[in-house]
Amino acid sequence: MNAATATATNTDFVLAVEGLTVSFDGFKAVDDLSFYVDEKEIRVIIGPNGAGKTTVLDLICGRTKATSGSVKFRNKELTTLKEHEIVKAGVGRKFQNPSIYEDLTVFENLELCYPRGRNVFGALFFKRDAKVISKVREVAEMINLKDELESQADLLSHGQKQWLEIGMLLIQDPDLLMLDEPVAGMSVTERKQTAELLRRITNDRSVIVIEHDMQFVAEIADHVTVMHQGKILAEGSAEKVKQDPKVIEVYLGH
Amino acid sequence: MSNFSLKNMMTRQDVLGFFVLAVLLLVIMPLSMDIIRLTQFGKYLSFAFVAVGLVLCWGYGGILSLGQGVFYGLGGYALAMFLKLEASSPENTAIQSTPGIPDFMDWNRITELPWFWEPFNSFTFSLLAILIVPTIFAYFIGFAMFKRRVGGVYFAIITQAISSILTILIIGQQGYTGGVNGITDLRTLLGWNIRSDYASYVFYFIGVALLFVCLFVAQFITKSKLGRILVAMRGQEDRVRFSGYDVANFKIFVFCVGAAFAAVGGAMFTLQEKFMSPSFVGIVPSIEMVIFCAVGGRMSILGAVYGAILVNVAKTYFGESFPELWLFAMGLLFIGVVVAFPDGLAGVYQKYCAPTVDKFLDKAPLFKRYSGDSSYSGSSSSHEPVNAS
Ligand SMILES: Nc1ncnc2c1ncn2[C@@H]1O[C@H](COP(=O)(O)OP(=O)(O)O)[C@@H](O)[C@H]1O
Ligand SMILES: [Mg+2]
Repeated sequence: MNAATATATNTDFVLAVEGLTVSFDGFKAVDDLSFYVDEKEIRVIIGPNGAGKTTVLDLICGRTKATSGSVKFRNKELTTLKEHEIVKAGVGRKFQNPSIYEDLTVFENLELCYPRGRNVFGALFFKRDAKVISKVREVAEMINLKDELESQADLLSHGQKQWLEIGMLLIQDPDLLMLDEPVAGMSVTERKQTAELLRRITNDRSVIVIEHDMQFVAEIADHVTVMHQGKILAEGSAEKVKQDPKVIEVYLGH
Repeated sequence: MSNFSLKNMMTRQDVLGFFVLAVLLLVIMPLSMDIIRLTQFGKYLSFAFVAVGLVLCWGYGGILSLGQGVFYGLGGYALAMFLKLEASSPENTAIQSTPGIPDFMDWNRITELPWFWEPFNSFTFSLLAILIVPTIFAYFIGFAMFKRRVGGVYFAIITQAISSILTILIIGQQGYTGGVNGITDLRTLLGWNIRSDYASYVFYFIGVALLFVCLFVAQFITKSKLGRILVAMRGQEDRVRFSGYDVANFKIFVFCVGAAFAAVGGAMFTLQEKFMSPSFVGIVPSIEMVIFCAVGGRMSILGAVYGAILVNVAKTYFGESFPELWLFAMGLLFIGVVVAFPDGLAGVYQKYCAPTVDKFLDKAPLFKRYSGDSSYSGSSSSHEPVNAS
């Protein structure tokens, strides 16, 4: 892993993934993957189930350790950092299943993700001041949960939980936002609202989204990366990959 | 600092709870009991320290330690060592073959005070050691385990093993530790007779005061963002990392706080019972401590105090008549509580008493202006910016 790390060069990209490989007991879930994400780019990753999309995000955010290869975020190597250090560097991640703090209220969920007081004593003496409160309110407004601030998070609907998790990322204000199937399991109206929300929040940062809904993909993507069996099958604009015969065969055809 | 005002730290139910406990411990108990019973009650309270620490570790942080007896014991031994040295002055021990060392050392043909006993000649050192030795030990255990992401059942088993090892060590090294009998026959503290009734009263009230210090520290922690991080960690440890926190550090911290509380409790035990022995270090007492916490309600620091008192009262009256049955009774009690009342006494109070008490408080003039409410997160007004003036 370190050999590859050392050879990776500096770039102008926000994210440079090079030769990234992870093997689970010999099974290469991600196999020598390279791609680059630009400043303010919205990159969508598509591909059949089991293609390794979620695993790529796991590797970037430090949840899974790479077997080899390099992930550079603003030329900072991430593969050797711990999860919370990667968060501090400016990478935020939303999980495929909504994962929020169910025993806390919506307010507390958001407050917990506010990027201040992240060490033990900082947290112990954290002050809920006007700045924190107004930021929480602002984000709650964006994610349509401003009337739910006092609700316990496990009482929210599935869609609301997804929004809350997006809100928890927004309040972190990451430079790179990674979303794993953000509209999965949502009703049609919720989907619409989420698409709207995503359009607003993706304006001033780089984003990687995993998504299946091709219409949604075509709407938001700058670039699309198609994955299959841990490798990149195709890359380009949504229009281009839609017409790619290989992509049609393994993914869009059925 | 206005953020740390009473109102942010305690709901009015909390204030009432602290007040009732204070009246109970400072007024009712001392007035209704003779000094022998009061001292016994003080012994029960020494276990409440451990239970309060377990509320933080286990109830909030989800860290189940089955080895709190280790810290209780270390705190108790630190003080017992000082008191023992004072009781072993050359004049008091003139009949020994080596006067000036504790009697059990002499019995084991040790002729010189071991090096690690030397510093316990100093009262200041001993007081610091009560807190610092167990806390540092907890820090090392926590660091070794939590940084490697050992948690849950594995952690519980390891703490249990540690308490077992320490017990064996103490019993095996009787020349240095007093062995299975422990350190006994403690007499004076800085020349002051600790066996007088007057001293017993003083120790009881010191114990209550220290318990309230721990309760306030615990209350502060649970109401801080750190308390909410612990709750978040308990359910979604992985997720907390991705909110930017180094989970291991928070676990180490709360484990150390729990150890420090336990150590203070152990020292209070030594003061009131005038001895310390390995029977408070091992697996069984450590599990009992978890039961105190479970019975009281593992999310309630005040509940933990009542849990410790209640189980110990039951142990005294029931356990002493039927000692063989007591362990089974404890086991059943634990299972019963976990199954039927997962939130313990505090849960029962919340469900059946709190609403009535709330109604009453609404009418009470004293509480009218105190507009906190009993819900855990506080009323929406608690999100209003606090005026710094
Ligand atoms: N921690 C793991 N251990 C073993 N296999 C894994 C692990 N994580 C993912 N996989 C496997 O890697 C493959 C890719 O999974 P995933 O990244 O979740 O796919 P996708 O998100 O594209 O549907 C799957 O076959 C999955 O079973
Ligand atoms: Mg997936």
